[in-house]
Amino acid sequence: MSDFSKLNRRQALKLGAAGAATIGATPLFFSRNAWAETFANDPGNKASVTLGFNVPQTGAYSDEGADELRAYKLAVKHLNGEGDGGMMNTFKPSSLKGNGILGKKVTFTTGDTQTKSDAARASAKRMIEKDGALMITGGSSSGVAVAVQGMCQEAGIIFMAGLTHSNDTTGKDKRRYGFRHFFNAYMSGAALGPVLEKEIGNDRRAYHLTADYTWGWTQEQSMRAFTEGSDNVDGMDGIKGIGWENVAHVKTPVGAGDFSQYITPVLNSGADVLVLNHYGKDMINSLTQAIQFGLRDKQVNGKNFEIVVPLFSRLMAQGAGENIKGILGSTNWNWSLKDAGSQAFVKAFGAEYGFPPSMAAHTCYCQTLLYANACEMAGTFYPPEVIKALEGFSFDGMGNGATEYRAADHQCFKDVLVVRGNQNPSSQFDLLEVVQTTPRSQVEYDPKIFGGELGPYKV
Amino acid sequence: MDSILIQILNGLDKGAAYALIALGLTLVFGTLGIVNFAHGAIFMLGAFCAVTFRKLLTLSVKVKDESVTMFAAYKDEPYLKIWFGDTGEAIIDYAVPLSILIAIPFMVLVGYAMERGLIRHFYKRAHADQILVTFGLAIVVQELIKASFGANPIPQAAPDIVAGSANVGLWFGLGESLVYPWWRLIYLCFSGVMIFAVFSFLQFTTYGMVVRAGMRDRETVGLLGINIQRRFTIVFAIAAVVAGTAGVMYTPILPPDYHMGMDFLVLSFVVVVVGGMGSLGGAVTAGFLLGIVQSFASMNEVKSIIPGIDQIIIYLVAVVILLTLPRGLMGRAGVMDD
Amino acid sequence: MKQRFLNDTNLLLVFSAAILLMPIWLSPLGAAYPDLLQKFAIYGIFAIGFNILFGLTGYLSFGHAAFLGVGSYAAVWSFKLFTMNVVPAVFFGVIFAGLLAFLIGYISLRRSGIYFSILTLAFAQMSYNLAYSVLTPITNGETGLQLTINDPRWIDSMYITVEEGLPSTNLFGLKMSGYPGFYFCAILLIVCFFISLRIFRSPFGLMLRGIKSNQNRMNYTGLNTKPYMLSAFVISGMFAGLAGSLLAVTDPLAGAERMQWTASGEVVLMTILGGVGTLIGPMLGAGLIKYFENIFSSFNKNLLHEVFSFLPDGVEDVVVQVVSLFVGGGWHLTLGLLFMIVVIFLPGGIVEGFQKFGGVFGYGKNKNSDSSPQNQAAE
Repeated sequence: MSDFSKLNRRQALKLGAAGAATIGATPLFFSRNAWAETFANDPGNKASVTLGFNVPQTGAYSDEGADELRAYKLAVKHLNGEGDGGMMNTFKPSSLKGNGILGKKVTFTTGDTQTKSDAARASAKRMIEKDGALMITGGSSSGVAVAVQGMCQEAGIIFMAGLTHSNDTTGKDKRRYGFRHFFNAYMSGAALGPVLEKEIGNDRRAYHLTADYTWGWTQEQSMRAFTEGSDNVDGMDGIKGIGWENVAHVKTPVGAGDFSQYITPVLNSGADVLVLNHYGKDMINSLTQAIQFGLRDKQVNGKNFEIVVPLFSRLMAQGAGENIKGILGSTNWNWSLKDAGSQAFVKAFGAEYGFPPSMAAHTCYCQTLLYANACEMAGTFYPPEVIKALEGFSFDGMGNGATEYRAADHQCFKDVLVVRGNQNPSSQFDLLEVVQTTPRSQVEYDPKIFGGELGPYKV
Repeated sequence: MDSILIQILNGLDKGAAYALIALGLTLVFGTLGIVNFAHGAIFMLGAFCAVTFRKLLTLSVKVKDESVTMFAAYKDEPYLKIWFGDTGEAIIDYAVPLSILIAIPFMVLVGYAMERGLIRHFYKRAHADQILVTFGLAIVVQELIKASFGANPIPQAAPDIVAGSANVGLWFGLGESLVYPWWRLIYLCFSGVMIFAVFSFLQFTTYGMVVRAGMRDRETVGLLGINIQRRFTIVFAIAAVVAGTAGVMYTPILPPDYHMGMDFLVLSFVVVVVGGMGSLGGAVTAGFLLGIVQSFASMNEVKSIIPGIDQIIIYLVAVVILLTLPRGLMGRAGVMDD
Repeated sequence: MKQRFLNDTNLLLVFSAAILLMPIWLSPLGAAYPDLLQKFAIYGIFAIGFNILFGLTGYLSFGHAAFLGVGSYAAVWSFKLFTMNVVPAVFFGVIFAGLLAFLIGYISLRRSGIYFSILTLAFAQMSYNLAYSVLTPITNGETGLQLTINDPRWIDSMYITVEEGLPSTNLFGLKMSGYPGFYFCAILLIVCFFISLRIFRSPFGLMLRGIKSNQNRMNYTGLNTKPYMLSAFVISGMFAGLAGSLLAVTDPLAGAERMQWTASGEVVLMTILGGVGTLIGPMLGAGLIKYFENIFSSFNKNLLHEVFSFLPDGVEDVVVQVVSLFVGGGWHLTLGLLFMIVVIFLPGGIVEGFQKFGGVFGYGKNKNSDSSPQNQAAE
């Protein structure tokens, strides 16, 4: 204790000086945060605006993140009037001029979400606090999207979600400052139901394996409602289904690796369809193993056994290799689409990087253009005005036909693709074939069913 | 009844995977006293031996796909197929088992280099230092693999002839419904052989006897004029080979990616410790035990009684065992229990 | 003994000044923005607490993330149910983490060495797996527990008129985001550092060190070491709970991955990297890892091209190509190399390394060096 009583004059002076410096410096920092009467990260008279691209660069989804980043860079180029303009030429009605956003050059900052809510928020905060990002976008999971979206609402920064498929993102966790271009689990179910009826019939008994977390649950819920009817499914109403029966629905731990103990009970359960509500590595592993257990070649109840994977991506198809052949699923977008918007994007992306874009890349590219366009429409970067420009905005020429950002929940509505793993791929990219494009009217729903509140325009 | 039997098979198969990884880990961890966080990375390197080998076998002429004009889309025509026709194709088909042949020398090299270059200097250092250096090494190895192969899993097919399922039920007169994939049965046998080989080496050879003596008391063995250091290098190399070949054989079950080692790392530590420090038999027993318990806990009948039990069962069993048996199943006194 | 410049008083003063002035001296390093500064302070607390257990007693817990997570959940629930004031949140965070630590510690401390480590790991992994799935009604699973407009906030609703939008966390009206949040964390960090300093210098601390060097001998003297161990474990768990609640205070979200083994491993690495058993070391380690995670990961090729634009074009491209392997998505690689380099060239962590190379930090010479040769199992 003696140490503490011996505060000599010299030390006392030092302490005083240090304290004074702290106190002197403090107001500076407080005032830096005071956005009085303006809005967060107002670019003011600066010649450029910064967008924050927050994607997984490490971890299981880093390939997806890398592809998202490629798309963002391409979008920035096009916005700044470089390159061939890609979808800017097909996107209608467009207010984009090819001279940046509102005459300011677009720059960007990147970060690593690690596909963890904490890291993603930390990264987004860095973009906002340090780099002055005006808009945050990206990500490859619903957990991250919901977490970052919530934070952006608090900070008053617009968030354009990347790849997120859970109903919650624009359902119970929707936010005024968050927008989603990607489709969701409900729409997957709505799109797949009729196609499944046509392709494999309505007298089917289904076995569900479901990743044990929120996205998996919403996916299972939607798939069951649209195949069995909503009577037996919690949280869903008024959906007729296609007459399927449920044999079992089993939750599997995330990252289980080996799924054999969940797959073997399917073999003799009397089920003739297996629905894998898994994503990413889980889906690659469970599908590979399910096929190893001979499910694909099995005959049950006099019918061919079928496997359905509600959410597909090209990267997952690559990871599953041969096993993906003939498997039905849904996807947001595919590079093989023939409409002018998709073609323009694939051409620009291909010219830049030498291979076609993934659906995550497509979503991220569109999100960036749409944000820029909304700023141009609003004539300002002031978020409440930009949000109003995006709400209810209808457009075409971005790949999925006529598209609308619904004002009530900020969910984007467009046609949904039902795809099948290609039996005879003509090239290394040709992994999915489009079975049917389910029109937008079939996948629309009442925004009230998922609850949630958007919150205020002004924060 | 069938569902019970098949879960036992699942458990054995899972257990075989756990036991093989734990076997290598317990050699360096339980006996050399090195907390090796890079063991998972060695397992992963083994798996990527298979990936690389297949890549080499399928070096291809890229036949351009004319229908795609925007970028270089192609179909592969492997040279092996062009030069040797069906024989070439057959060789590619057998890529996974064949890659064991390159995995063994490669893993010996990896183990040797690791022990000589790094681990040797850490025998006498604190466990904390060992953790940091091996964890650092694991990250570096992983990132190098990620930089060269990407983060997405790379599918590896088993040879066609064993792609289907065996009718195990008929072998034992239990009816037709008990089927199990050939490759998983092969994996089970393979791990049995590996475990037996390591045991025999340590138990029945003079060389192994000296190693065991050195593990107990390095100094005295050294005083007898035996170069125990060199033998430890060899033990380390053996551990690497066991883990690496386990990685190769596991690829058709689990498409490998750069992170697969980390996914197994924690589990393999749990297995080793539950088995008891310094006991090879313990590690193997614990591996199979935890595998079987996990399979049973995942059955719908069990899950409907205790929801979520399959999420925690391994750790729950570990806690129970460690609380009832102070040194795990067969742990030796004095090994890392202070 | 000759009075050294860095006696405890001065150490505390220098430390406080360094922490409070971080916004100034970290700005050339690009780290002076509120979120990262908050993280430095919070993970500093986490690591200091961990070091009380690991550094003093040598017991390596591999499950400390569970306490961090529980602290966060308790704090967010306090925001949701009672009030947006941070004081109760911090209080509940610390208390709940302390309770859980008591429970886990009481069971796990029946074993020592690696068996203890695996027991703590098992408990933490069980907490994580359950929080991610079955306990979703309490934890909101993968998405993480967030505030909503419809939360009851019973205490607040009695006194404060409801505004539109989410209220923010506050200390009696002072908003806890941005720099005020950092200073709040920083002051708590200094308090924690002081507590840790007192524990290191106290008879209690000596007792813990005695346990580290030879627990059996302590037992032979007729002393029951368990209460001491358990106190150390609970204190360290409460530090973790405090850190967890502060994470929620500065950013009201609690995610399950905070409890995963990687998070437990991270604090172990932080402590070892900085120097086990040193006072400052764990903080340095925490700062370094968080710096890499947040700053190195944000460099991209465009930025590198700007930085190296003074080089001739061809050289620039090559340099950028090489450097980009280590930043952005490659920040893990840099971190891994850093771990190896530190442990190879600075045995015992950064602080011990500094001491060896000329005693820059004059304090702590008398401390139990962790780089002493390990007792081999040889009986």
